[in-house]
Amino acid sequence: MDRHYKIHTESLADFVDVDVLKAVQLERLQDTVTRCYNNVALFRTRMEERGLVPADIKTLGDVARLPFTQKTDLRDTYPYGLFAAPMNEVVRLHASSGTTGKPIVVGYTRDDLDVWSSLMLRCFAAVGMTANDVVQNAYGYGLFTGGLGAHYGAERLGATVVPISGGNTERQMMVMKDFGVTAICCTPSYFVHLIERINASDVNFNELKVTTGIFGAEPWTDEMRQYIEDASGIKAFDIYGLSEIIGPGVGIECQAQAGLHIFEDHFLMEIVNPETGEVMPDGEEGELVFTTLTKQAFPMIRYRTHDITSIVSERCVCGRTIRRIKRIRSRSDDMMIIRGVNVFPSQIEAALMSVDNTEPHYQIYLRRKGGLDQVEVKVEIASHLSTDRIREIEAMQKKLSHAIEHTVGLRIPVQLVEPGSIARSEGKAKRVVDLRDEEA
Amino acid sequence: MKLKQISVFLENRPGHVNHICRVLAKNNIDIATLTLADTAEFGLLRLIIREWEKAVAVLESEGCAVNVTDVMAIEVPDTPGGLANVLAIAEQGGLSVEYMYAFSLGNSDTAQLVFRFGDMEKAATCFGEAGINVLAAVEFYR
Repeated sequence: MDRHYKIHTESLADFVDVDVLKAVQLERLQDTVTRCYNNVALFRTRMEERGLVPADIKTLGDVARLPFTQKTDLRDTYPYGLFAAPMNEVVRLHASSGTTGKPIVVGYTRDDLDVWSSLMLRCFAAVGMTANDVVQNAYGYGLFTGGLGAHYGAERLGATVVPISGGNTERQMMVMKDFGVTAICCTPSYFVHLIERINASDVNFNELKVTTGIFGAEPWTDEMRQYIEDASGIKAFDIYGLSEIIGPGVGIECQAQAGLHIFEDHFLMEIVNPETGEVMPDGEEGELVFTTLTKQAFPMIRYRTHDITSIVSERCVCGRTIRRIKRIRSRSDDMMIIRGVNVFPSQIEAALMSVDNTEPHYQIYLRRKGGLDQVEVKVEIASHLSTDRIREIEAMQKKLSHAIEHTVGLRIPVQLVEPGSIARSEGKAKRVVDLRDEEA
Repeated sequence: MKLKQISVFLENRPGHVNHICRVLAKNNIDIATLTLADTAEFGLLRLIIREWEKAVAVLESEGCAVNVTDVMAIEVPDTPGGLANVLAIAEQGGLSVEYMYAFSLGNSDTAQLVFRFGDMEKAATCFGEAGINVLAAVEFYR
């Protein structure tokens, strides 16, 4: 194909008529519920307990009658208990990192992989990438969905994929420069690390051709985006996904960078009250819940993501009709309750980044002393120290502490640490160090 | 006549000052003098080094947070009242002293005072007019 159309053929579904979308969603929902009812014991039992059969799903609103699926259900049925396709149709497995106990295993049929690649293509197209791009895919290849998910989507777009995977920062820098990379996929924290390493090297961002970053797999803030864009000159886009649903490619920011479009032709989204499970209207903040509409091997019904956000139903300036969610403020799993106050790491990040002369490398330490939770934030001081005066450094510390207090309503001590002293991650950054059980 | 002073941010952890010294030693950089200012939570190591540019490069590549500031070195007779005379001039000139440290080299009969004034320009004028011996780098490192 000689010319690139502004809207990729596969992206046309992003602009579908809303009534058509709803009709497609209903048909697909009915198929998914039938498939789950017929093939997955847990879903069938739960529906039977509620006296439901697939034929009861007559409208999209009826989804609210279906039982939720929790992460624990996925662990309890390890490894294949929720698969809705026979194993001879399953062509790929992925698994979550499994920080506690067994991982969660997800499966894909050939059709599932086809849909997934198409969704990733739509993600790349939405941020303005084309077959002319050279994509450095620094997401980890392997059981993690990020690497292969981005890989096949970029290939499908016709872009040139550099399947470098995560780690080996020296080589990442060499490839970025020598291969004329124009777009990079990785976690935002890893890109911050790359910026730091590039700045310390002979390479200058002006010599690089990178213009686009697709960053996901961990929550990050607008303040972090600002930092990345200012420091590197690229445009930084947030991508959303989770392996339980499909992997990356559930949603993406378009070039307006104003919320993430969810591919509603494949995923039915709801926002529910995290405590009561009650469905909430568009615009209100709550927990994001997904029902997959086309997944064959690993369909999900009303999966509780623990991600806190709200649905933006106003039409986006980009013209896409599929609705958006606000950037994920946090996963409710990340929420810390400190002296009775709910605190998200992303709030601390936003506060820290509002103060100059520190680096976007921080860690939150939780300890327990005499039965009371103690928090401390460690943040790296910038390597070009701005002052030789003790009191100015102390003032910086106070300013950081005040910024946090202003955001979360708690006085949390801030300790400045030397540049580079906080461990860098090549994948998901470890923002919270919880020592409460070890030291109790 | 100003000298360059390097300030290095230090976390309060054992071995950190030594780390800086080892890094400089490894690169064959000689320290003319140094002073450590500390608080309960962190410290600032202030160093006067002839090859200060090299030292900054080496320290930054080791991941240190480094600041470069102008300070003023004044030589006074190593006798009672030597410092007091200089401070009297600073007081008359309305100069505020951010911090200072002093040392005496070998068996010489003079002491070197290193001053960080709030307003370094004003300080230079003030001491110039008072005829005080402000050391240039060449004299300082002789």
